[in-house]
Amino acid sequence: MNEKAHIRTPLARVRGHGAAKSGTGHFWHQRVTAVANIPLTIAAVIILITLLGRNQAAAAQILGSPAIAIIMLLFIASITTHMRIGMAAIIEDYVHDDNAKLILLMANTFFTIAVGLASAFGILKLSFGV
Amino acid sequence: MITMAETKAPAARPLSPHLQIYRPMLTMMMSIAHRITGFGLYFGTLLLAWWVISASGPNGYARFEAFAGSWIGRLILFGYTWALIHHMLGGIRHLIWDSGRGLGPIERERLAAANLIGSIAITLILWAIGLLAMGGSQ
Repeated sequence: MNEKAHIRTPLARVRGHGAAKSGTGHFWHQRVTAVANIPLTIAAVIILITLLGRNQAAAAQILGSPAIAIIMLLFIASITTHMRIGMAAIIEDYVHDDNAKLILLMANTFFTIAVGLASAFGILKLSFGV
Repeated sequence: MITMAETKAPAARPLSPHLQIYRPMLTMMMSIAHRITGFGLYFGTLLLAWWVISASGPNGYARFEAFAGSWIGRLILFGYTWALIHHMLGGIRHLIWDSGRGLGPIERERLAAANLIGSIAITLILWAIGLLAMGGSQ
């Protein structure tokens, strides 16, 4: 809080500095990905069950086939976006130290992008057969 | 005046009651469970990454299958399945609430109970199907 006395109103002080118009971005993206996650998770679970009991060659062939690979890539993109927003909310709720919060929010971004990219790479490798 | 008011120690006003004050309620527990399952699923994606990356070679896939077939692997995957289904049903519940429906005192309790019963039932059904599907290979 400002130490010196002044006659400007609180509204005048914050005007022009706020996150106006973009404050609901996370809220909305969390719901868009939540809706996308429902059919994609059901599809991913069905794919996983059909792969149970098959050997590696068969699993690789099925996972790498175009339709399945595209579903898996969409699944990976949607869940990693969703979990980045969710974990950011958890960090913001429970971590009150500014430095720790910044580091954890950054680590959250790094982790979700890395795990998403690694999974996508795994699928694309099967699909392109290299 | 303002300077004096700002330097004074804050008055000892009563705080709003926190979690430990309330009697545990189902909707409250399901809210906590939603966050915990989301937290677990976050790290569970490491297993997803391992699984799809390992599928490109027989040795790596054998290592993953050895883990998945071990008792600790099975336990983790069972927990993962339940967390996934619970979080998904919880998400559907939240989407229903977002639409302004199901917020009444009876409806919200029923939705929370359906969330819990549904997640346990679907997890058990999925594992029954999964173990049957694996029956041929073992």
